[in-house]
Amino acid sequence: MSVALDNISREVSSVSWIRDVSLTLERGTLSVLLGPTLSGKTSIMRLLAGLDKPTSGRVLVDGKDVTGIDIRKRSVAMVYQQFINYPTLTVFENIASPLRVQGKPRAEIEKRVHEAAKLLKLEPFLNRTPLQLSGGQQQRTAIARALVKGADLVLLDEPLANLDYKLREELRTELPRIFEASGAIFVYATTEPSEALLLGGRTICMWEGQALQVGATPEVYRRPDTVRVAEVFSDPPLNTVGIEKKNGSIQYAGGESAPATGLFAGLQDGHYNVGFRAHQLEVASAALGRHAFPAKVSVTEITGSESFVHLNRNGYNWVSVLQGIHEFLPGQELNAVLNPDDLFIFDTSGRLVAAPRSM
Amino acid sequence: MARIDLVDLAHSYGGATADTASYALKPMTMTWRQGGAYALLGPSGCGKTTLLNIISGIVTPSHGKVLFDGVDITPLSTRDRNIAQVFQFPVIYDTMTVGQNLAFPLKNRGLSSNEIDARVAEIAKLLDLAPFVGRKAVRLSADAKQKISLGRGLVRSDVAAVLFDEPLTVIDPHLKWELRSKLKALHQALDLTMIYVTHDQTEALTFADTVVVMHDGRVVQSGTPEELFAKPAHTFVGYFIGSPGMNIVPAEVKGREARIDRHVLALNSTYDNLPPGAKIEIGVRPEFVSVAPPAPALLNAKIERIDDLGRVRFARVRIGDVKFAARVPNGFAIPDNTAGLVFDPAHIHVYADSVLVEGRA
Amino acid sequence: MDKTINNKAWLLVLPVFLIVAFSAILPLMTVVNYSVQDTFGNNQFFWNGVGWFKELLDPSTDLGSRFLASLGRNLLFSAIILAIEVPLGILVALSMPREGWRVAACLVILALPLLIPWNVVGTIWQIFGRPDIGLMGYTLNKMGFDYNYVSNSFDAWATIVVMDVWHWTSLVALLCYAGLKSIPDAYYQAAQIDGASRWAVFTAIQLPKMKRVLLIAVLLRFMDSFMIYTEPFVVTGGGPGNSTTFVSIELVKIALGQFDLGKAAALSIVYNLVILIVCWVFYTVMTNADNERTQTEGGA
Repeated sequence: MSVALDNISREVSSVSWIRDVSLTLERGTLSVLLGPTLSGKTSIMRLLAGLDKPTSGRVLVDGKDVTGIDIRKRSVAMVYQQFINYPTLTVFENIASPLRVQGKPRAEIEKRVHEAAKLLKLEPFLNRTPLQLSGGQQQRTAIARALVKGADLVLLDEPLANLDYKLREELRTELPRIFEASGAIFVYATTEPSEALLLGGRTICMWEGQALQVGATPEVYRRPDTVRVAEVFSDPPLNTVGIEKKNGSIQYAGGESAPATGLFAGLQDGHYNVGFRAHQLEVASAALGRHAFPAKVSVTEITGSESFVHLNRNGYNWVSVLQGIHEFLPGQELNAVLNPDDLFIFDTSGRLVAAPRSM
Repeated sequence: MARIDLVDLAHSYGGATADTASYALKPMTMTWRQGGAYALLGPSGCGKTTLLNIISGIVTPSHGKVLFDGVDITPLSTRDRNIAQVFQFPVIYDTMTVGQNLAFPLKNRGLSSNEIDARVAEIAKLLDLAPFVGRKAVRLSADAKQKISLGRGLVRSDVAAVLFDEPLTVIDPHLKWELRSKLKALHQALDLTMIYVTHDQTEALTFADTVVVMHDGRVVQSGTPEELFAKPAHTFVGYFIGSPGMNIVPAEVKGREARIDRHVLALNSTYDNLPPGAKIEIGVRPEFVSVAPPAPALLNAKIERIDDLGRVRFARVRIGDVKFAARVPNGFAIPDNTAGLVFDPAHIHVYADSVLVEGRA
Repeated sequence: MDKTINNKAWLLVLPVFLIVAFSAILPLMTVVNYSVQDTFGNNQFFWNGVGWFKELLDPSTDLGSRFLASLGRNLLFSAIILAIEVPLGILVALSMPREGWRVAACLVILALPLLIPWNVVGTIWQIFGRPDIGLMGYTLNKMGFDYNYVSNSFDAWATIVVMDVWHWTSLVALLCYAGLKSIPDAYYQAAQIDGASRWAVFTAIQLPKMKRVLLIAVLLRFMDSFMIYTEPFVVTGGGPGNSTTFVSIELVKIALGQFDLGKAAALSIVYNLVILIVCWVFYTVMTNADNERTQTEGGA
């Protein structure tokens, strides 16, 4: 089955929450709604589910218009950021609750609950109540309850955001396996680019109520259509600098100039914006063929395996991530280096003009 | 700015006579030097918030003492301890402007308005709040409000320590970077003792000079981020720090060799005094295991999944029942679904009953 | 959330609709009818148009002067009891314990005056204040005060005010207590850390956070006090003279005493309108203040 949004817009008290979004979701796929808070992810999910009605546009299931139909008649399940479980029921009863509402026979309920519990590693806890469980286990219960229903559309709204870092990691590695086993349409909302990358599937990049780009996650990551998409899909934040190409050389806003090699070679003369992620900026000597910027370190953050170097170059604040441990002191001066084959070039309206050719 | 000593500190929410196993904070003695940046890192329920509350004065410990610069402050109330605290959500006075918020602690101490204005201007500049000093504090964004919270603590020049209780919880991911590096820059500029509680290892490792890893009420290891990364003293530290965490795998270790599933790995040290009957495991971080084309000399594993994180790729592989995470070198094309694993012997550690064993060179 | 359309729901509403129509809407329509007619209640009607209303709002007529005087008394009464009950309620809420068994005990004690039927409240105070058999009346007179709420209008006012404060301060206190409880502990800790005095904690944290709840409390108390009837009527009957004759009592005098149904009907409609307007003003101020707060948190 497929679910589609056709030119959906939603306005509440003259504030536009969603603007002209069109999407199609196919069976057995995972779509990640990626965007900052208040970008419209939750609104889109509520529209897909039928909890809200769009101000204009249609919601289609298998080609049929279901825009006005109550959520109770649709095949939808939802998992929220706050672990929502029935506090007085045991884990078994919690997971069984949608099946009991559907009136399924006891033997089938037992079987399906045990299957879901096995998938989410909840079997030892079936007799406990949610308050006796840890946060991660409570959220697994909520996910199991959403899956056991066998709904065609499962929506997860930042389900891991309230969990400890390590628990989040654990659950995140298990989710793709769980999604595949189920075969429904999954939509997962998150603010973190790394989650989108780890989950794979398709990414829908949201910004201020609009879907900026939709595509396979590695594609959206490697070929962002606009600078805004690149900004949303970068963690640490995207570094940018303006340039002007003239007569075979590049003039960087702020001073340096360099020969127009690599991705710059094919550009027409004019003004552009260059964007590069933290790992595309290196700290090294100005080797031949690279574009070097003298900069000052403002602070270095060391995680043990990587070092994040915050640089200030002529008023621009950039971040570079380097492998290994680099103890640069604040105020230290060094060279930040760009590889002209490894960066993103956007025109003045923000559209992508060139991207690295690597796979 | 104070040196903080924890002397035989322990706490149970059930009172001093409760069973020792149920203590929220098991007995610990530590010294935190003046001007240091410390992070208390651990999962929910490990005791880090309890410890922070004991230092701030909200909780009185069942056992032991807390000293600031050698003075026992355990009986003192929060107000008298002269600390500053930044909470999980921004705490600001709604009716006041940003400037009035920052001036509040100084006003309560009776400083002259000239002194107050000068100090407020100084701190506002430090925190990039100078353009907003006249605005109503409620109108600012969450990260600006957290800075105001912090500013109220910094504005007192003799503050003993600044405590942070998971302060980035409500901040957007992009702004987290700014605020985090700001905190670090502040620490380096101001020489204040700062204690930061979090469950997020990136926050802890980037902020602190010394990270105190806690688990189940105990301090498991305390050291610099490099130490914790390169040489975890406990398998828990290996697992908790690093994303993905350390690979911890049961093995047979004898002399200079470790044996996993009929394959032998070379080690950098000799282990000949392992305690008999103990659970022996080797730990090696995914950053030090890489995938290569399958070869008979290598430990061969089945690739289950490749995680593409943009700047680095990790392969999730399986050997029999054992799962590994390994780094995929840049530019490496993944063959069908088996690969060989190459280990860096310098970074293979041996653990007996979860505790690091030092071998002979 | 948009509700879906389910026509079966109308059937469920029908019985309620009929009952409300019978007991409220039809009588209301009758009142409107009476207010534009002249009648002695024997089903003979003479059209009067807006005559009663004009007379009502004209201070030179008997009806008009009585109405405006009683309206003034109502406003004075509401102002006085708001000025007493709101600060007193806040004070009580601040003094209440935060946790433990004492909380439950306090809540029960506070709730008791609210549970007593209103005419019983009136009766209690009427007897309480009597100089011969009432504990308060007797004691005050024994102490040298010449207290008699039947003959002295100041005493009558004082008695009614004290009675209302006794009856309703608990409501303000309970609402404020709920508002106080919702303040997270972190605010108090931060205030401690900042070295704030008790007064500063009150003005900077507690009062602002209670704003919404206080607005509700003031609205409720204003509405109730403006419509007050039972308690003062039982105690003073509107006397001495007409010094405690509020609009509601005036209304009953005209309707049932003089049987001037037309005038009474007009009076009750105007009375109703005044209350509605004041409540609407309050409500608009409240929601605007709310919107302003949430809107501006968009950020710098």
